[in-house]
Amino acid sequence: MMLEVHAIHKSYEGSPLLTGVSFQVGSGEILGLLGASGSGKSTLLRIIAGLETPEAGRVLWEGRDLAPVPVHARGIGLVFQDYALFPHLNVAANIGYGLRLRRESPDRIHQRVADLLALVGLSGFAARRISELSGGEQQRVALARALAIEPKLLLFDEPLGALDRSLRERLLAELRAILQKSRVPAIYVTHDQEEAFALADRVALLHAGCIVRMGSPDQIWQDPGSVWAARFLGAGNLVEGIARDGAVETAWGRFPLVCSHAHAAGERLQLLLRRERVRLDPGGELEGVVADVTFQKDHYQVRFESGLEFHLAERPRTGDRLRLQLPDHAFTCLGNEDDHGH
Amino acid sequence: MHFGDSSASPRLVWRVLGFTFFQAGLSTGLTLVLGLPAAYLFARYAFRGKVFLRAITAIPFMLPTVVVAAGFNALLGGRGWMNILLMDTFHLVQDPIPFLGTLAAILAAHVFYNTTILIRLVGTALERVDPHLEQAARSLGARPLHVLRDVVFPALRPALLSATLLVFLFDFTSFGVVLLMGAGRFATLEVEIYRQALQFSDLPLAALLSFIQLACTLAFSVIYSRLISGPAAAAATRSSSRPAQPARSLGQKCFQTGMILLLGTFFLLPLLSLPLRSFTRLEADRGERGGVQYGLTADYYTGLFVNQRASVFYVPPVQALGNSLAYAAATVILSLALGFPAAAALARPGPLERALDPFLMLPLGASAVTLGLGFIVSFGRWMVSPFFVPIAHTLIALPFVIRTLQPALAAIPRRLREAGATLGASPRQVWWTVDWPVVSRATLAAGVFAFTVSLGEFGATSLVVRPEYPTLPVAIARFLDLPGGMNYGQAMAMATLLMLVCGTGILLLEKLRLPGTGEF
Repeated sequence: MMLEVHAIHKSYEGSPLLTGVSFQVGSGEILGLLGASGSGKSTLLRIIAGLETPEAGRVLWEGRDLAPVPVHARGIGLVFQDYALFPHLNVAANIGYGLRLRRESPDRIHQRVADLLALVGLSGFAARRISELSGGEQQRVALARALAIEPKLLLFDEPLGALDRSLRERLLAELRAILQKSRVPAIYVTHDQEEAFALADRVALLHAGCIVRMGSPDQIWQDPGSVWAARFLGAGNLVEGIARDGAVETAWGRFPLVCSHAHAAGERLQLLLRRERVRLDPGGELEGVVADVTFQKDHYQVRFESGLEFHLAERPRTGDRLRLQLPDHAFTCLGNEDDHGH
Repeated sequence: MHFGDSSASPRLVWRVLGFTFFQAGLSTGLTLVLGLPAAYLFARYAFRGKVFLRAITAIPFMLPTVVVAAGFNALLGGRGWMNILLMDTFHLVQDPIPFLGTLAAILAAHVFYNTTILIRLVGTALERVDPHLEQAARSLGARPLHVLRDVVFPALRPALLSATLLVFLFDFTSFGVVLLMGAGRFATLEVEIYRQALQFSDLPLAALLSFIQLACTLAFSVIYSRLISGPAAAAATRSSSRPAQPARSLGQKCFQTGMILLLGTFFLLPLLSLPLRSFTRLEADRGERGGVQYGLTADYYTGLFVNQRASVFYVPPVQALGNSLAYAAATVILSLALGFPAAAALARPGPLERALDPFLMLPLGASAVTLGLGFIVSFGRWMVSPFFVPIAHTLIALPFVIRTLQPALAAIPRRLREAGATLGASPRQVWWTVDWPVVSRATLAAGVFAFTVSLGEFGATSLVVRPEYPTLPVAIARFLDLPGGMNYGQAMAMATLLMLVCGTGILLLEKLRLPGTGEF
């Protein structure tokens, strides 16, 4: 492993923020660090960059502890949400800043800056002032500036958070292409699951000071692993049930349950029912009255008076009485506690 | 405590204190009379030459008192333009306009100095009164005068109060103006401290007067900072300012033209009289008999290089210029060397810095003469070293230097420093590549400020300075007192040079005006 983060503890204004965060990042891997605002994900990045020191725990690079290495000697690039471009330098001087600190030759700096400008699609912007750039252009310059020092690891702190949606989607695609081309391992911090899922090879969910779930985007989406994660991702309906001989009894009826864990009879379970798994069926066992319908591009999201939400291809009318069929694997078991995983 | 004359002292203290309040109150009132219509003019009317007129009203505020005194002297003094021309025209023996040495001279100079405070503070507030409020009042049936009384005035009150208090504070602590314009006939606390300390060597009485002075200014300063931090300041104002309109009705046009003429005359005449007088020969030199050669001359400037009286205490005037420049350079270096660490600490304050903040700013509230007296009391009259002058100037300039540097240092986002560090800059490299380029402008401004303050400083200098190392302002004051056309002309020439250098500094500061720094 290139980067190992081991049992990091950090408190903020007296209350614990990170309580034993551990994960690893492999060569060329992009890790998406997903968490709500205030979950400490930015602090975690700043600890890895060396801008803050953890109260306990270690950050290792290729097995070597980074604690004694000051920020400027770590060679870890950081891209800030507010770009943090130097206002007194133009675009080229911003990108070449780290190279000048290394006393590289002007010719080489010039060449490298030109290459990087081409890489981020800003050729011809070299002499521009920072104040003349749009938000998206500033973010590209910030990325080029961080790439210029050929960092061993790139950290992104909500880099697209300040941009509007369409620009964000375009930049996200470019960013993925650039990262894949440069093969630099990266940690991408965001509160936006779309961004994390689109960009990352692996996603880590940070909650209550810990990594509560880690895996590929589809693994995490299929099994969020906890009620909190399912709710945070908006994965579907959450319902409580009681396990009884291979089935589960819920407020919406009795359904078969396939689960990898053994559950004692009478055990209370938290269940996730995915909206997209439900099918309209006049003979179905689940009946309800339509309370609300929302248009969502390729389908309609319908909510029953009971609170159950599901997707339909055709628009029903409010007040319609519908019957639904649930397939065998409609439910995902999230365990027996309110807010934690198995 | 022992007083030089125990029976006269209490009466003297009361008389001086009474006159100080009296002249400050009268000066403030007159400043309001001129300043409020001027503020209205600049806030509400668009006219040609507005920027120029505004600059003309702003320049005196930072000009040295000796320059302003010399300017009024050149215009209205016994050997000034008006009197000499009137005497010549009507063949009079005595100067027909008794101006210097009257209360009117002191008041005029104070109004000349402080009108810009009202224009800036009240004018800005006036620009920001929400026009919708005025329109609402009009639509509800209020006449223009009622709108002024019911809507505009309440919105202006915080700015008006703080501006008035600030003007009063400056008038209260005025030294050079009262000494030079009053021709020794009037004594405020400041002037009396100077007299008791230097002329009568009654340090205990001077100290008592200084104590009274400090107590008063401290009280005013506390009230002032309460006022400017009050929550009422934001009421009924908008952040964006309304566009000024050209005058439309006849009344508006009369008001506009009248105000422009009045302000132009009042502010330009003294400033123009001075350089003109420095090139014009209007009277006989000392000891000269018979016909006087009237006309243009550069003698006053060439004479600056000559030590006329060849005495220990009268050096060639050009040496005073040299002294002043050396003191100013030393002040710049000293105040920046002290100001940088202080501003850096205040930009990221901890409990200690917050507690110390008011003390760093104390010289602002204390008067220059009191500061000079402090030097005399601390180091004795045997102070022979000329180094005390730049130290005193540094103490005076330091609050301004810190207040200029601190916002610039605080304005650098922490992110920028962090970005520099992640790109491979060591803490020292971060300072040189991130902090320095951003604060260099503020440093230049602070340096120019310290330089200008040092060049023009008169109050503290006149107590601390050694007679053999005079500064330019001290030399000007000395030459103004001497008889003879040559001495007078040389005072004019020196004051013109000083005005030129300080004026350049003021304009440079205006150019360097940084966003986020306050008006005063």
